[in-house]
Amino acid sequence: MISGIKRDHQRFKQIVKGKIKQNLKKYMTQGEIVGRQGKDYVSIPVHQIDLPHFRFGQRQSGGVGSGEGQPGTSLGQDGDQNGQKAGSSEGEHTLDVEVSLQELAEMLAQELELPRIQPKGQGSLSAQKNRYTGIHNVGPNNLRHLKRTYREALKRQIVSGQYDPQNPVIVPIKRDFRYRTWKNVQQPQNNALIIYMMDVSGSMGDEQKEIVRTESFWIDTWIRSNYKDIDIRYIIHDATAREVDENTFYHTRESGGTLISSAYKLCLDLIQKDYSVDEWNIYAFHFSDGDNWSAEDTKLCVDLLKSDLVPKLNLFCYGQVESRYGSGQFIKDLMENFQSDERLVTSKIENKEAIYRSLKEFLGKGK
Amino acid sequence: MRHQLPPELHRAHQEIREIARGYGLNTFDIIFELVDYDEINEVAALGGFPNRYPHWRFGMEYDYLNKTYTYGLQKIYELVINNDPCYAYLQKGNAVVDQKLVMAHVYGHCDFFKNNMWFAHTNRKMLDEMANHATRIREFQDQLGVEVVEDFIDQCLSIDNLIDQYSVFQNAPAAKKSSLLVEDPESDAHRGLKKFQNKDYLENFVNPRSFIEEQEKRKREGQEKLRKFPARPERDVLAFLVNFAPLEGWQQEILSIVREEAYYFAPQAATKIMNEGWASYWHSTIMTKHVLKDSEVVDYADHHSGTVSSRPGQLNPYKLGIELFRDIEERWNKGKFGKEYDECEDSGIKERWDKQIGLGRQKIFEVRKMHNDVTFIDSFMNEEFCERQKLFTYGFNRRTGQYEIVDRDWRKVKSQLLFSLSNFGQPIILVEDGNYQNRGELLLVHQHEGLDLEYDKATETLKNIFAIWSRPVHLMTKHNSQGKLLSFDGKEVHEKDAA
Repeated sequence: MISGIKRDHQRFKQIVKGKIKQNLKKYMTQGEIVGRQGKDYVSIPVHQIDLPHFRFGQRQSGGVGSGEGQPGTSLGQDGDQNGQKAGSSEGEHTLDVEVSLQELAEMLAQELELPRIQPKGQGSLSAQKNRYTGIHNVGPNNLRHLKRTYREALKRQIVSGQYDPQNPVIVPIKRDFRYRTWKNVQQPQNNALIIYMMDVSGSMGDEQKEIVRTESFWIDTWIRSNYKDIDIRYIIHDATAREVDENTFYHTRESGGTLISSAYKLCLDLIQKDYSVDEWNIYAFHFSDGDNWSAEDTKLCVDLLKSDLVPKLNLFCYGQVESRYGSGQFIKDLMENFQSDERLVTSKIENKEAIYRSLKEFLGKGK
Repeated sequence: MRHQLPPELHRAHQEIREIARGYGLNTFDIIFELVDYDEINEVAALGGFPNRYPHWRFGMEYDYLNKTYTYGLQKIYELVINNDPCYAYLQKGNAVVDQKLVMAHVYGHCDFFKNNMWFAHTNRKMLDEMANHATRIREFQDQLGVEVVEDFIDQCLSIDNLIDQYSVFQNAPAAKKSSLLVEDPESDAHRGLKKFQNKDYLENFVNPRSFIEEQEKRKREGQEKLRKFPARPERDVLAFLVNFAPLEGWQQEILSIVREEAYYFAPQAATKIMNEGWASYWHSTIMTKHVLKDSEVVDYADHHSGTVSSRPGQLNPYKLGIELFRDIEERWNKGKFGKEYDECEDSGIKERWDKQIGLGRQKIFEVRKMHNDVTFIDSFMNEEFCERQKLFTYGFNRRTGQYEIVDRDWRKVKSQLLFSLSNFGQPIILVEDGNYQNRGELLLVHQHEGLDLEYDKATETLKNIFAIWSRPVHLMTKHNSQGKLLSFDGKEVHEKDAA
C-alpha cells in the first residue's frame, strides 16, 4: 500500500547526497569521514536538514522538570535537556548517511573533474575464471543442486501418478539428480597496486600525518573505484626504510635524519619481489617534508626514479607536506629533473586546504 | 492494508470495547490494523496517515525511525489517528499483553478526540482529505515537475506554525478580500458628510464650522482605518498569505493544504498532556481492574511503568497527565474543593479531608471535555501536587554552561509550565501591515514576551516568506532587549535597531 514513503525516503536520500556533494570540499579537507569507513560504505555525518521556523532560542528558555535535587543542582550540559519542555520541542539529530565508496568516488570525480583512468595494457591481460552458470545431469555430489533435483523428482512423480497430495513425500531417484556445472570465462584483468611511502623523521608532525592520511583516503577511494582489486603496501622511512602495516604507517614517529633513497630502494625491491610489472598497474605515492639529508642522496633518488622506478609505474606522486620547520629542496630537484615526464607528479601541500588542489594534481592525469 | 486481527486479539478488542463502554467512554468505531515494524514506521513517518502528499521530510522521519528502531532506541507503542472511524495500529510480534495495553490506551485517545471540545471542528474524514491533498499535489508535480512543487512546499512548511492557534473554534476564517479596498480620499472627500438641509444663508448657523470639522475628522479616521491593511493585526499569517500574496493557482492551493493540515494537528499539540494522561488513565484502569491475567501482571507493570516513567530531571507528559487526572479524581471524590476546603488552615484536617461525595469520575469526564493543556494545568495544578510530583523549574546557567535546578516554588513551576505551553510553545507572530511604507511590503511583528527568536532560523524563515510574498518582508522583533527590524529584500538580509 505505501509505496509513497519509499519514494519520500529515496527523495530524502537524494537530497542528502546533494548536500554531501555540495560540501564535498569541506569533507575532503577536514578528514571528518576518514576512519568512518566500512567495507563498502563510508558513513558521513550530516546535520539533519531542517526547515527553518520562527521559534525561540533554546538557551534562554528554562523549563519544568521533576526529580530530586536542591536549587543549583546541575542537570548536565547536553542539549538533551531541551526535551523536557512539555510543549512541542524537537531535538536535532545528526544523521549518519551511508554512501557507497563507488558513489563517493563518482562525486569526487565530478568535483575534481577527474578523467577516468586508462589501465595499462587493458584487454591484453586476461585471467581464467570458473563461473557456475549451468546445470548438468552428471557431476560430483558436492555440486548437487537440491532445488532442481527436487523439482525433477516432483515432476516425475506427478507424471507417473506417484504423487499423493495427502502425503507429499518426494523421493528422488538417480536420474532426477541435477548438478551445477561451470564454464571457463576469460576476464580482462586489471589490478592495481598502491604503494604509500612516508617520511617519519622528526620533522614530520601530527598535522602533517593527518594531511597524508586524509589525502590517502581519497586516493584509495578513487583508485579503488577504477580497478577490480587493489593491493596497498606501506613503507615508512627516516634514514632507513621498512615496510609496515597501515596502522603503524600513520602512527610511527622517529627522530632520525632523512634518506629518501632508502624508501625508493625498498619500493623497487618490493615490486620486483612480489609483482609482475606487466600485470599490475602500480601507483606510488611519497609524502615527505622534502628535507633530504644530502645532495648526493637526492641525486641517487633521481637516478633510481629515472632508470628503474618510474618506468615500472603508472604514476609516481610526490607530495611535499609543509611542516613548521619549513619545507625542503626535494620538490624542486624532482621538478627540474622530470619536467617533461607525465608519469611523475609533484604537489605542494601547505595545509589542509591544499589537499583539494593536490588531489586534483595527482589524479587529474587519468593515469 | 486490511489485516484481519487474529482471533485472540479480536476477542481482546471486543472485551476492551465493552469495558470501555461500561465506563462511559464514547468513541468512534475503532479499527485496529496489525502491521509489522517496517509498516508501522512507514505510517508513523506519515503522521499516522497511510496516504499523504509526497515530501522528503516524511522520508527523513522514516529514516530516523528505522534507525532508532534498529538500534533499539525507540519503540512506537501506539499510533492512533483522529478520524471517524478511528484507525489505530498494532505492531506485529508484540506480546499479547502489550497489544491489550495499546488497545485500552487507544480507547482513551479516541474518546478524547471525539469529546474534547478543542477537537470539535477538526475534520473527522481527515484520512480521505489527506488522500485528496496527496492526489492534488501529485497532479501538480506531474504538471510542473517535482522540484518546483517541492521547493514551494518547503517554503510553506517553514511557516506552518504561523496560524492562529486559538481560532480552532472559528474554523479559521480568513480575512476578506474587501478589506483591501483603499478609498481615494480626494474623490469622496465630501461624500458621506452629514449635513442638515437648510437655506444657504443659514448654513453657518445650522451647520457650524466646528460641526463640519468634527464630521470631517471622523471621516478621515475612518479612512485611515480602511487604508490600514489588514485592519487589525492578523494572527493567521497563512490565511493572509493565501488571500493576498500574488500566488499562482497551484501555489495558493498548496498553501491552503498546508494550512488546513496545520489546523488539523493544532488541537493535538494543544492537548498533549491531557490526551496522553487521559489515555494512560484508561489503559491502567481497564488493564488492572479487568483485562490482566495473573501471568501478564509483571510484563504489564514493566511496560506501563516504562510509558509513565520520567528520567531524572525530565517531565513526561504521560506521567504529568495521568497523575493530574488521578489527583482531580481523588479531590472530587473526597470533596477537597470549594470555599470550605480552601479556607481551612489546618493541614492535618486538610490531609484527612474526606466527605465521600464520590464526584471524581464525573469530574474528570467533565475536565476532558472542557479543557486544553493550558487551562488544565492552570485550573488544577496546586501546591500539594507540585510537591508530590517533585516538580522544579530549571534554567541555563551561563557561568557554568549547564542547566540547573532554579526553584521549587510551586507558583513559579506553574507559571513556567504555563508559559512553555501557551501558544503551544510557539512565538506569536502577527501580520501588522501588508502595504508597509506604502510599497506593498510585508511587515510582521513578533509579540515579544521575554524570549528571543532564534536569529539564524528567523532570517532563513524570512527568506521563505519573501519567496511567497515576492516583495520585501520585514520582521519586528527584539534581540537581547533591543528592538530589531529584520528585513529581506530578495538579495540581502538587513538588520536595523528599532524602538
